[in-house]
Amino acid sequence: MELLYASCVGVLVTCGVFLLLRARTFPVVLGLTMISYAVNLFLFSSGRLTINKAVVLGTGADYADPLPQALVLTAIVIGFAMTAFVVILSIRGRADLGNDHVDGTLTRSKRKERR
Amino acid sequence: MTLLWIPLLSLLGSVISACTGKLSRNKATSLTAIAPLAALAITLYHAPAVLAGETIRFSAQWIPALGLDISLRLDGLSLLFLFMILGIGLLVVLYARYYLSQNDSLPKLFSYLMLFMTAMLGIVMSNNVIQLWVFWELTSISSFLLISYWWHKSEARKGARMALAVTGAGGLALLGGLMLIGDIVGSYDLDTILASKAIIQSHDLYELALVLVLLGAFTKSAQFPFHFWLPHAMAAPTPVSAYLHSATMVKAGIFLLARFYPALAGTETWFLLVGLTGLTTLLFGAYIALFKHDLKGLLAYSTISHLGLITLLLGLDTELATVAAIFHIINHATFKASLFMATGIIDHETGTRDMRKLNGMWRYLPYTATLAMVAAAAMAGVPLLNGFLSKEMFFAETLHQQVLGSMSWLIPVLATVAGALSVAYSSRFIHDVFFNGEPIDLPRTPHEAPRYMRVPIEILVVLCILVGIFPHFVVDGILSAASLAVLGQAMPEYKLTIWHGFNLPLLMSGMAVIGGLFIYVNRKYLFQFQASLPPFNAKKIFERFLAGVVNWCQNKIQSTENGSLQRYVFIMLAVVLLCAGWPLFEMKQLAGSVPNTPVDIQNIIGAGLLIIGAIATVIWHRIRMVSLLMLSIVGLMVSVAFTRFSAPDLALTQLTVEVATIILLMLALFFLPQSTPRESSSLRILRDVTIASAVGVTVASICYALLTRPHNSISEFFVANAKTGGGGTNVVNVILVDFRGFDTLGEIIVLGIAALGIFKLLSRIPLYMPARDSEGRPWSKDRHPILLACISQSLLPLALLVSAYIFLRGHNLPGGGFIAGLVTSIAFILQYMAHGTAWINERFDVNYRKIIASGIAIAMFTGVGSWFFGKPFLTTWFDYFDIPFVGKTELASAIVFDLGVYLTVVGATLMILASLGNMTANAEKEEVNI
Repeated sequence: MELLYASCVGVLVTCGVFLLLRARTFPVVLGLTMISYAVNLFLFSSGRLTINKAVVLGTGADYADPLPQALVLTAIVIGFAMTAFVVILSIRGRADLGNDHVDGTLTRSKRKERR
Repeated sequence: MTLLWIPLLSLLGSVISACTGKLSRNKATSLTAIAPLAALAITLYHAPAVLAGETIRFSAQWIPALGLDISLRLDGLSLLFLFMILGIGLLVVLYARYYLSQNDSLPKLFSYLMLFMTAMLGIVMSNNVIQLWVFWELTSISSFLLISYWWHKSEARKGARMALAVTGAGGLALLGGLMLIGDIVGSYDLDTILASKAIIQSHDLYELALVLVLLGAFTKSAQFPFHFWLPHAMAAPTPVSAYLHSATMVKAGIFLLARFYPALAGTETWFLLVGLTGLTTLLFGAYIALFKHDLKGLLAYSTISHLGLITLLLGLDTELATVAAIFHIINHATFKASLFMATGIIDHETGTRDMRKLNGMWRYLPYTATLAMVAAAAMAGVPLLNGFLSKEMFFAETLHQQVLGSMSWLIPVLATVAGALSVAYSSRFIHDVFFNGEPIDLPRTPHEAPRYMRVPIEILVVLCILVGIFPHFVVDGILSAASLAVLGQAMPEYKLTIWHGFNLPLLMSGMAVIGGLFIYVNRKYLFQFQASLPPFNAKKIFERFLAGVVNWCQNKIQSTENGSLQRYVFIMLAVVLLCAGWPLFEMKQLAGSVPNTPVDIQNIIGAGLLIIGAIATVIWHRIRMVSLLMLSIVGLMVSVAFTRFSAPDLALTQLTVEVATIILLMLALFFLPQSTPRESSSLRILRDVTIASAVGVTVASICYALLTRPHNSISEFFVANAKTGGGGTNVVNVILVDFRGFDTLGEIIVLGIAALGIFKLLSRIPLYMPARDSEGRPWSKDRHPILLACISQSLLPLALLVSAYIFLRGHNLPGGGFIAGLVTSIAFILQYMAHGTAWINERFDVNYRKIIASGIAIAMFTGVGSWFFGKPFLTTWFDYFDIPFVGKTELASAIVFDLGVYLTVVGATLMILASLGNMTANAEKEEVNI
């Protein structure tokens, strides 16, 4: 199962990185989101894969590692904030620049407008 | 404590004089003078003890972990410099009041001057080498401000920049040297360093440290070949030159040599480097000074030459030479400061400093001329003046040298030559300016300067004469105290008298005077010879060098940074790959000792869906909507994975965040192009696939290596203490709100900042709303389907109830503020979607920023609350209570903190989505208008 889990993380990273390298903002945002999934899974796995273990005190003798879970929980929420910020930034970029290229160069019509 | 007041007062003075802009000139000058006067009084108070040979120390802790203290000392050497810095500083303040014209800002000059004074005081009083270095740099910066005081003049700006570049580079070298010394000795404390001569000099790195420290000193003291900044610094107002280039800035380098003399001197390397540099500078400066037509240029090169003399003296291996060096520091400061001030008066009165025009000033300015002539005679080393005494000592010391082996006889000969040159340029200063016929088209007709402008010169010239005639009474005390600080036990016997009898040094002096006059009389031939040499312009070379460096850097930057973000990301990924991948190759075996657990069919299906979703997202990434839907499969499968691997809290969070993310991205897609154009070449795609796969394989390998190694976690502590210490049975939640509460506080603050950033990004955004979709079809007329509206509305109370339940049980069962906040947010977002923003805004007018602020405030105050019970920040309090009808219930302060988390999450999430949603509302209105 460990092999399968690691492969899934690897596939997510691969797809995420590929999207990260695209030239338009939206795929990059999707790539970042995918990478944050992968990172969360990776961090989570530092507590090892435990099936049907107790998470609440008093419900079993053997507990799943709570520390990575706590760290990942906040990471998920922060990841959401980051994704939201980046996607809004790309909207703003498109509004100001006239295109959604990651390099942030002005399109010709916008350049005229500025003048 | 009083020691600290000396630099503190002058710093205060800098602030005070900056505020005197509205006052009259006299008031501003008096106010400025208070601080140095007070500092001088404190110095005088300590002087008797220091003159008796004591060293006064003061220290206060600053950063004890790094071994940094605020640490001051006052020994003989420091005392001597304090007198010069404060005394000449006061005279300069008085002088500057009359020198500056009405158009120049007096407070600005005074403020910079006081700042510079603070820096100098800090250097000479520091008892910690790092602290010394900080003040050292401060002199570079404040002298930059002073030199560029007339910032509208190009030469002032260039001169200031050059001084900063040269002394700043030297400062960096000095820092390196000081850190090496600190490393060798094991302490940055000056007392320790000065006492560790043997350790430093036997260390392998001694030479390197010495060269670095010397670089710092030589650049500051304008030693050849770093001398070229000093003449260009003459673009400063003359009071500044008088201060910086007689007693302070350039003497800082000399001070450094004297300060580290006990620890660094005494080796062959020291004598060769310091002695030869000094000798070269002495000769070079004296020679060039002869050819300068600008009065200040002459003085600048003469300063270089005299600094070379002092450096040479410090590089001669007799103790008396060091005493002579310190003596000459005093003498040079007095006569050079007065000469600069006299030059200022001449410049002020005539409007020029060109010696080809200035002739016969004796008739116009007899008083100033007398003063200047005495000072110039002291500079030339005429008997009965102070310059004569130290020069005599210098000549005497050059006779006992073995530094150059069998060629050591050269040193007294070259010293005599330098002496003759010094007599020659001093004669030129006197004869050319004050006699030699009539002035040639002067811009102004000169008159004597105001009374008080001459007072500083008078004081200094009187000192020159007093020291020259009664050396024993006037300077012996301070000189022996300063020498004692430098030489320590090896303090020699010496006697300051004006008559030593007929001896070799006297003969050398005589030869220098006769030779100097001879050179001056025959200067015409020398000038012709000098004019036939190819012109040499240090400024142009320096500027070309700088331009070359800048060009080189620009080329390098442009070749790596071409503005393409794709390229940057690629480079970063490549570096990550290298750093993370390399250790993997050095590992013998990827799999660890823990065996794989068996795979079951559910896991295979889940993993398969996840992989298919991820790949489909990539394949369809040009059709953005489809790609987004595929991404949502991935997110869903991630939350399923969390459920599967015993992490219900994570699964709930991931599920709710997933919903919010996808809704957000769909909304965003409304304002972005619906499809991605085909831009990447096949080669580019191949490259990207390669690096993406490489990164993926690396991460997967690390993950696998991690998973198959034994599990050592600190979590047992949390499991054991969650109930007893934090009062909850859901360990994850207890970690979030208690053990690691401070992290959580930071995270909700980040969340709030992100939401505010988004709010700002979306305000007044110039964006149009597409009237049709990408295929040209108009949007549906039925924006808010009635069925969705009805169901969502009736779902709202239920959803709020669920979120309240999740919130309340969070401390003991899966749930908590984060998850409850997300559930609430989604319930509201559903209302927005079903009814439109306008409908919601009418009924539910809430300022989300206030919700975020109150959430963070509640969390903060819960943390602060612990202080009132004498506990550290964010300590949880809990107890059990019997509440009627409910029974025995636990109440914990953590739930209040969690409430803060809840409010922040709700506020941030809704603000993000509602701000974006509001844009569609605006867009709708616009569309209606159209």
